[in-house]
Amino acid sequence: MVTNITNFGRSGLSDWLVQRVSAVILALYTVFIVLYLLLNPGLDYATWSGLFAQTWMRIFSLLAFVSLAAHAWVGLWTVTTDYLKPTGLRVGAQTAIILAIFVFLVWGIQILWGA
Amino acid sequence: MLQVSIYRYNPETDSAPYMQEFQVDTQGRDVMVLDVLHMVKEQDNGMAYRRSCREGVCGSDGMNMNGKNGLACITPLSEVVKDGKLTLRPLPGLPVIRDLVVDMGLFYKQYERIQPYLQNDTPAPAIERLQSPEDRDKLDGLYECILCACCSTSCPSFWWNPDKFVGPAGLLQSYRFLADSRDTATRDRLAELEDPFSVFRCRGIMNCVAVCPKGLNPTRAIGKIRDMLLANAT
Repeated sequence: MVTNITNFGRSGLSDWLVQRVSAVILALYTVFIVLYLLLNPGLDYATWSGLFAQTWMRIFSLLAFVSLAAHAWVGLWTVTTDYLKPTGLRVGAQTAIILAIFVFLVWGIQILWGA
Repeated sequence: MLQVSIYRYNPETDSAPYMQEFQVDTQGRDVMVLDVLHMVKEQDNGMAYRRSCREGVCGSDGMNMNGKNGLACITPLSEVVKDGKLTLRPLPGLPVIRDLVVDMGLFYKQYERIQPYLQNDTPAPAIERLQSPEDRDKLDGLYECILCACCSTSCPSFWWNPDKFVGPAGLLQSYRFLADSRDTATRDRLAELEDPFSVFRCRGIMNCVAVCPKGLNPTRAIGKIRDMLLANAT
């Protein structure tokens, strides 16, 4: 047993499951957005804004944002533990990554529900 | 003539490792890489490498041949030589003791960690613990490992975290005991493996499968350990 405190779920098993489930959600969201843009070639602000005004789209988007946050945390945490060997540098990078993820998540929520 | 380039390093006399060139006359025969090493040793008897059974059973002569790990004794020249050149290096990622000899300490430490022995807390029967032929079949493809370290030393996850990631060889053996119907320590074994490094540092790139001289599949075993962890924890 190797103890870790800065990974997403405190357990390799939960990180692994989160990574896979979030990947599926992100894939679905990406496919949806790409298809929507392809099927609406002359997209204007009103249509785009109308799409994001609907509750289901906001839930879907928030789900995608949360998935992205978790996915990035798990993935980048793994990269830092592979390649950043000095402890200070690694903890610093992990802290910066986690804080940035938090900022982007709150910013995303504000964009979805603001305006 | 075969041109052989060998990694040389003697910590007592060399300040840094270097590659040394040898010309070896194999008389056109398709001999094994280990035979070539014997011929090189006749030219320079200070050149160090491990070998014992010379038939792919003991796992002593694992090394990197033209960029791919394998056992020198069962690898014919025709399989590795390109443009008449053979480059031999020690197994990657482990400290070099001398020339092609590496310190396997970390590799054995990870093997020890998975408790590679049968644990059973029920009273021992008079004769032996029986196993059905079907249960015995589950150990095929697992018990054959000879611990040559070709797989673990071809794994980048093991290179970066050899102190935390068990590595393909250790995990194959771990699953060998998890899959054994006579072992009762399954839960304790799984509890030791659920952290982000021991098992989950495997990224499934299958270098281990590509190099295993015994044709075993550690990636599949790691997948089965993940399945057992998931079944146990959800």
